[in-house]
Amino acid sequence: MEMYRSHVLVCAGAGCISSDCKSVQQALLANINDLRLDNEVKVVETGCMGPCDLGPVVMVFPDGVFYRKLKPEDTREIVNEHLLKGKVVTRLLHTPVGSTEKVTSINELEFFQRQTRIALRNTGLINPESVEEYIARDGYRALGKALSQMTPEEVVITIKESGLRGRGGAGFPTGLKWQFTAAAPGSPKYVVCNADEGDPGAFMDRSILEGDPHSVLEAMAICGYAIGADKGYIYVRAEYPLAVERLELAISKGREYGLLGENMFGTGFSFDVEIRVGAGAFVCGEETALLASIEGQRGEPRPKPPFPAQEGLWGKPTVINNVETLANIAQIILNGAPWYASMGTEKSKGTKVFALAGKVNNTGLVEVPMGTTLRDIIFDIGGGINGGKKFKAVQTGGPSGGCIPEAYLDTPVDYDSLNELGTIMGSGGMIIVDEDTCMVDLAKFFLDFVQDESCGKCAPCRIGTKRMLEILERITSGQGREGDIELLEELSYGIKNSALCGLGQTAPNPVLSTLRYFRHEYEAHIRDHKCPASACPELLTYYIDPRACKGCGVCSKACPSDAVLGEKKKPHTIDLNKCIKCGTCKQKCKFDAVITV
Amino acid sequence: MKSLAELDKLRDTLQQEMKARQGEHDVSIAVSMGTCGIAAGAREVVKVLLNELKEQELSYVALTQTSCVGLCRQEPLLEVKMGDEKVIYVNVDQEKAKEIVRRHLMRGEIIKEWTAS
Repeated sequence: MEMYRSHVLVCAGAGCISSDCKSVQQALLANINDLRLDNEVKVVETGCMGPCDLGPVVMVFPDGVFYRKLKPEDTREIVNEHLLKGKVVTRLLHTPVGSTEKVTSINELEFFQRQTRIALRNTGLINPESVEEYIARDGYRALGKALSQMTPEEVVITIKESGLRGRGGAGFPTGLKWQFTAAAPGSPKYVVCNADEGDPGAFMDRSILEGDPHSVLEAMAICGYAIGADKGYIYVRAEYPLAVERLELAISKGREYGLLGENMFGTGFSFDVEIRVGAGAFVCGEETALLASIEGQRGEPRPKPPFPAQEGLWGKPTVINNVETLANIAQIILNGAPWYASMGTEKSKGTKVFALAGKVNNTGLVEVPMGTTLRDIIFDIGGGINGGKKFKAVQTGGPSGGCIPEAYLDTPVDYDSLNELGTIMGSGGMIIVDEDTCMVDLAKFFLDFVQDESCGKCAPCRIGTKRMLEILERITSGQGREGDIELLEELSYGIKNSALCGLGQTAPNPVLSTLRYFRHEYEAHIRDHKCPASACPELLTYYIDPRACKGCGVCSKACPSDAVLGEKKKPHTIDLNKCIKCGTCKQKCKFDAVITV
Repeated sequence: MKSLAELDKLRDTLQQEMKARQGEHDVSIAVSMGTCGIAAGAREVVKVLLNELKEQELSYVALTQTSCVGLCRQEPLLEVKMGDEKVIYVNVDQEKAKEIVRRHLMRGEIIKEWTAS
């Protein structure tokens, strides 16, 4: 038997990889070998643990000690003191925001305490490249149970009764989708996993694929059994090379163990999975465009109906489920529909993974029951706004969603409550913005994104979003005109009603929702030529506060347009005719003497 | 994979290897590893313990270390915890360590004459 007295888990999610977890891991291994602890201590590379702002992170078991922001040179101390002598290295522990006490164990971190991890149950805890570790945590038991103890109909009913809804954005009931596809005439049928995660700021699907790829494969096989399909495709974007690599490995390991392939569990059921790598077009997350792309066609959507459940891949009945949706399936089969349905709100059951990004202290991935309030997510788990700034809004649902202002922070988050607020759940991205963010500029960012990603097949999306973007550019550069707001609204409703697919139909949402809650910011830009958040550079006027200016001359040297005038050791001034509003003087000034109005 | 039973059998074996990753353990051995303990041979005791646990397939036991507990004269020293019961053994050598695993952990017999008085 393989046995180690200590397991050291090193996070190797993409977030930690970019903060150089690889060299931390190498240094750790080297130090362990130096002290000849390699027979006693096992180093395990895991997927994303969640607290991405603290990376690279390491967890030491059996004590469950959590170290953060490690550098390769820190590992010597961890090995010498902790792994050899059992002394926790206090210096490398985490101090949560607003606390003065260091936290030793992950169980004490509010970031983890407040979470209910179902879709993320294994990410960060197991080695994603080891099917053995997945099996040890009840992996593939749900598949075995479904195949040997349940009829396909019973599987569909279980998923239906669990209340699981699609986690990719629209929130369609998963069980219904399976039922429609199972009932549709035509053969063969297909299972497709939509791993074309494209919303800016959302990365839960990547994290699941990188951290727990077998959970997706197992769920696809269960779905195949339920609907009568023996073939599945995972459509994953080429920008996720690590996810592709780990999926490929997982598929070959699955085949090796007979957990994919012919005659699984001796029941005669066969299922296999192939990967299709997408070139990274946002529109390919739309299901009909995604199917076209798998078939080798141009990634363009087509009108619905017919829905993929009737005519999907190569015209055959097809289930398309998102990664996070699939990651819930095995747990529902194992624990039963009532267990899953006991969590969440009336119409949104279970848990949801949110990706916290933007001006929040604890950026990363969190999984909480549906119905948790925005305030809990952003302030308790997320640790509030960084730099002591004031919360302004949270953008949910990416470019198809909208923003929610402070007044609605106590809203329990589910599909329907977010719809009522004029936004959507989407894939669960949450971008938190503070008082320094201009809401017109934010809307412009998202519109710029969809305009760029529009496939161009239908005119409302191709031309309409372009016109809207032009108006927003005009407004943020101080050239806004009376009537622009009304024109934006008219265009928005026109595009929503006439665009071909979900991308176009939701493209105006960021504009409509910022208009709903922050109309005064649009008005200030247009009428007063002012940006209330002091964020739009072209609407700012730079001044030097004569009381604060020491006359050091740093700003005048740095100014690219020679707009700063004045003698040494005397307060300087800015020639507004020459000033190009680049902000260099403000950045360079050590005395905060440059102010913007 | 031929059946659910086969999968469950495989799972049970694999779970043993993952035991160290559980946060809480009912049974644990903590070896005191201050400078005093190491000088007295605590490192060797840890190695022997791990081997013995492996050999006896006692993967549910957590093997950890603590710092000096103050009884430097009686090092190497270790504490066996089973549920709420804690027993401290002193002047442990490699042979004693093996015995502690076999008698205390496997048979529940506390070896009185080696405990701290």
